[in-house]
Amino acid sequence: MQNYKTIILSNQEISPGYFRMRILAPGFGAQARSGQFLMFRVQRSLPPLLRRPFGIFRVGVLPPDCEGMEPKEFVEILYKVVGSGTGIMCELHGGDHVELLGPLGTGFFSSAPKKEKILVGGGIGLVPLYMLASELVEQSSVRLLMGGRTRDDILAVTEFERLGVETYVSTDDGSLGEEGLVTEVLKRKLVKYRDAEVYACGPMPMLKAVRDICYNRGVALQVSLEAHMACGVGACLGCVVKGAAHTEETPQYLCCCKAGPVFKAESLDWGKIDSDDASCGGYA
Amino acid sequence: MAMKKLSNTRPNMAVEVAGIQMRNPIMPASGTFGYGEEYTPFIDLNRLGAVVTKGLSLKPKAGNAMPRIAETTSGMLNAIGLQNVGVDAFIRDKIPFLSRFDTPVIVNFFGNTLDEYGEVAARLNDLPGIAGVELNISCPNVKAGGIVFGTDPSAASEVVALVRSKLQKPLIVKLTPNVTDISVIARAVEEAGADAICCINTLTGMSIDIRTRKPRLANMTGGLSGPAIRPVAVRMVYQVAQHVKIPVIGVGGIVNAMDALEFLIAGATAVQVGTANFVDPTAMISIIEGVEAFCLDEGIEDIHQVIGSLQL
Repeated sequence: MQNYKTIILSNQEISPGYFRMRILAPGFGAQARSGQFLMFRVQRSLPPLLRRPFGIFRVGVLPPDCEGMEPKEFVEILYKVVGSGTGIMCELHGGDHVELLGPLGTGFFSSAPKKEKILVGGGIGLVPLYMLASELVEQSSVRLLMGGRTRDDILAVTEFERLGVETYVSTDDGSLGEEGLVTEVLKRKLVKYRDAEVYACGPMPMLKAVRDICYNRGVALQVSLEAHMACGVGACLGCVVKGAAHTEETPQYLCCCKAGPVFKAESLDWGKIDSDDASCGGYA
Repeated sequence: MAMKKLSNTRPNMAVEVAGIQMRNPIMPASGTFGYGEEYTPFIDLNRLGAVVTKGLSLKPKAGNAMPRIAETTSGMLNAIGLQNVGVDAFIRDKIPFLSRFDTPVIVNFFGNTLDEYGEVAARLNDLPGIAGVELNISCPNVKAGGIVFGTDPSAASEVVALVRSKLQKPLIVKLTPNVTDISVIARAVEEAGADAICCINTLTGMSIDIRTRKPRLANMTGGLSGPAIRPVAVRMVYQVAQHVKIPVIGVGGIVNAMDALEFLIAGATAVQVGTANFVDPTAMISIIEGVEAFCLDEGIEDIHQVIGSLQL
């Protein structure tokens, strides 16, 4: 991990309110593991004060602009415009100077190669699943269950399909794919693929539902939590979540930025997790 | 032939605070730098004036419920609640790592009761590998301990005197700004035996989510830090420096070399960098280099020519 003072290669709106930013980052891809994240400094001046954490969508290399130049190693993030930080980010262009810190955190855990893999993404929670899928398709059949409120929240599905991932889309309003919750699709798939391993990222209510479904069926689950953070490196202790061993007398708080953002479901205390966990009072 | 001073002669940046020799006056603020390890991928701890660790208590402490942090305009509120590994785990797991560096280690600590303050002080006194301690009597986010001792001159005096009686190591006392007159507290802790004063800790603040109408922190209130508090901190450092003879460490919203210089000119012998570490993990290195560059530009040979140089 390191602090990159670098430039944006491109920054495009891919769906209303959702952007894809490609950032020049030599050496980043070689270090990055699926499920890790980066801290993005929106601009050199203040405010906003704090960096924003973003999951790594993918890493790659572009051919050099002309002969004799270096190929361009990049990292890509997808983000939803939700506040002041992302509001500034979406106005940035290729060539703009930015800083990013990464790759950070604990990514997805490796698991039995042959098992069926089911990825569950809710809205922007899809982000860390792409790099994971690109690794898993080497050895397993991979299915992506992608949910959103409307069709606008369904992102990058064709890119997963190009990896060889079978995709299932559901929306709350039925504007794309099946009408209903992604968790209903998961229940059906788990009837057919009982030995599957599940990986999920999305809003906390979705994660809790996915956890209950997997728990009741004895299915292995890894979740990637989204958290607001100040430092991203385990120093500020501002992004904690309650661990499985948590009690009022002997509390166990785990840093999302360091112990996570990916956790095995059994390592968290789901009974005590609420929507305030792994969150902060918000950014200014 | 008289030699003209070369413009590229590096200024002497070394300072002494509470008897601790530092290669430069820049160190992290407690609670923003973990136990040092968290930042070693980004900066060389051997370049810092000192390392100040996350506040320690006798027993491990879990901290407050979430949410614990909230960004505000040019600042952030935190109510971490002094989550820490406790003295035993610190000695076992953290000291060996920190001892590998040639940088003084200052251990910040607090107690829930007067007795606990004394007990931790006694434990730390016997420890090799620690250059000094920073006594926290100013945390705004815990019910017992912390700020209770820091807002009343006689309570502050009592805890400092007790810790002093158990501790031969250099003793820095960190003060809260949440008082009517900080110079009164500063004088009380100086008389009780402090070797240096560190100010300021965070300012108590509150922020509300207007849609849910709930406080943005689970603890309701939190400590405000970051550039938003810097003018308050500079004022208090100046006031304290005017009233005590012991060195003052200035802290509050420093993000660059210009900010650090402001505190030094106001009378601080050294400065601590806090929230800026979150924004940029290499911030302290930039600040050290920036202060050096300023001295070179101004023809200053020794940082002591800057310290307390305020012109009135």
